[in-house]
Amino acid sequence: MSDLTRLTIAEARAKLRAREITSVELTEACLAAVDAADALNAVSAKTPQKAREMAAAADARLSAEGEGAPSLCGIPLGIKDLFCTEGVASQAASNILEGFRPPYESTVTARLWERGAVMVGKLNMDEFAMGSSNETSCYGPAVNPWRAKGSNRDLTPGGSSGGSASAVAAELCLGATGTDTGGSIRQPAAFTGIVGVKPTYGRCSRFGIVAFASSLDQAGPMAKTVRDAAIMLEGMAGFDPKDSTSADLAVPDFEAALTGDIRGKTIGIPKEYRMEGMPAEIDALWDRGAQMLRDAGAKTVEISLPHTKYALPAYYVIAPAEASSNLARYDGVRFGHRAKLGAGDAIVDLYEKSRAEGFGPEVQRRVMIGAYVLSAGYYDAYYLRAQKVRTLIKRDFEQAFETVDAILTPATPSAAFGIGEMADADPVAMYLNDVFTVTVNLAGLPGAAVPTGVDSSGLPLGLQIIGKPWGEAEMLDIAYALERSAGFTARPDRWW
Amino acid sequence: MSIDKATAARVAHLARIRVKDEDLETLAAELSGILGWVEQLGEVDVEGVEPMTSVTPMALRRREDAVTDGGIRDKVLANAPATREGFFAVPKVVE
Repeated sequence: MSDLTRLTIAEARAKLRAREITSVELTEACLAAVDAADALNAVSAKTPQKAREMAAAADARLSAEGEGAPSLCGIPLGIKDLFCTEGVASQAASNILEGFRPPYESTVTARLWERGAVMVGKLNMDEFAMGSSNETSCYGPAVNPWRAKGSNRDLTPGGSSGGSASAVAAELCLGATGTDTGGSIRQPAAFTGIVGVKPTYGRCSRFGIVAFASSLDQAGPMAKTVRDAAIMLEGMAGFDPKDSTSADLAVPDFEAALTGDIRGKTIGIPKEYRMEGMPAEIDALWDRGAQMLRDAGAKTVEISLPHTKYALPAYYVIAPAEASSNLARYDGVRFGHRAKLGAGDAIVDLYEKSRAEGFGPEVQRRVMIGAYVLSAGYYDAYYLRAQKVRTLIKRDFEQAFETVDAILTPATPSAAFGIGEMADADPVAMYLNDVFTVTVNLAGLPGAAVPTGVDSSGLPLGLQIIGKPWGEAEMLDIAYALERSAGFTARPDRWW
Repeated sequence: MSIDKATAARVAHLARIRVKDEDLETLAAELSGILGWVEQLGEVDVEGVEPMTSVTPMALRRREDAVTDGGIRDKVLANAPATREGFFAVPKVVE
């Protein structure tokens, strides 16, 4: 395999601008890597022809603009299947959107293409982003390029952005887009030893991203390094009049904020995140991370976020409620799957049969939970109460940020687990994967997962930095300091 | 909250998802499990707390009431499973 795919975005940018390499060469290297990685099932739709055209156009632009070309010009990226890409299969890993070809482009991907980025393909994910292991996908699970020492068992790359995580960790593309509703960027990033950033709610436009839970969904970058994530985020973010919750704020130069100098910063360590039954290795990693930040000149203080334990239950009211409403549009009429009808079947049969055939079991479960908690007589007891609890969770963070600049937590309660391992578990057991990440979505805050170490079987583990609202620049700088101290250089052995 | 078979059938209909009769018991048990787990929200004192409606305080923007897109009927219909004479086609709705 060509060494070109090993480059970071920042390294590739320098070589592309200096014309030491061309985007066509870099793109061909990624396309070859994609073709050799079918065992990972990370890519749901390959787009080689589009990639080659985009790469050639990027090369022309790089020749004309040189050092002035945008940072992402000529950089091959993978796109989560949740993003609508014009004329290219976009089906949110669901059978109900089989054959769907969007007649429009999502704002986030449109911004990336305007900046000269190259699409190598669409990436696998959990169906409608509902899952933590990529196992609910209609394409079958994506596979983690990492394996435990001495084992050839397939592990999950996490979810829902599992294909994005697998593709970046296996170096099929230099970076990928993800989306994060309860942890769907940060958990897979931690499971695969890469960096994943969920921005402040409203930083990236949701237009053209298949909606799951609209008050929680947020797009973000998944990349090899904090610097690459900063470069990508700058390319993805920005005000969009087509999304009524998009923030009309200037996008800072996130990369320029990466100084690594965190002297004088105060980092909160929330005591409620030290959960019962948490593996000792996660606990030890968290302590080491705090020590790294202190060694870099920051101060750490214990803080309290008292409503933490109610975040997951509140999430599993709010997210299914919003999902049941958003997914009402899949009715077999305007796009996607329509069931074959029997004689005498009427319009309601069309809806019910199409949705039963098109939605997988986890999506059906959540849509029904949502329908229940929103139904007459239950709205106040469930949805309204959960939204009040959400206010309290947000308030916990606001109070903490009066005294701290950022918060350090584990990213996940474990390392990557085996595909199929949770098949017989209670759905709630799978939901616990998001225990450290979901609070951030409920409060609308930015969070970054940074690879910080490996466990005793050699699998990557990550820590999470939580920032203030609109404080991605400061959060990324602290993540950068942590990344430099951790010096995580492990890579998966190539078995695929 | 324990969901019985009849409630599961009602919820499935509300969600417009056809569930086979023999699968309703399992569905009821799964829904009961999840709802039982979220019951713990009842422990939280939410007296006087406003429900969260937006992440950062912002007023909904207004825009001019004007057509910004359109005239793309064939593009709109291109993904439809069935169309007729420029319309979406569905089974008979009224007798």
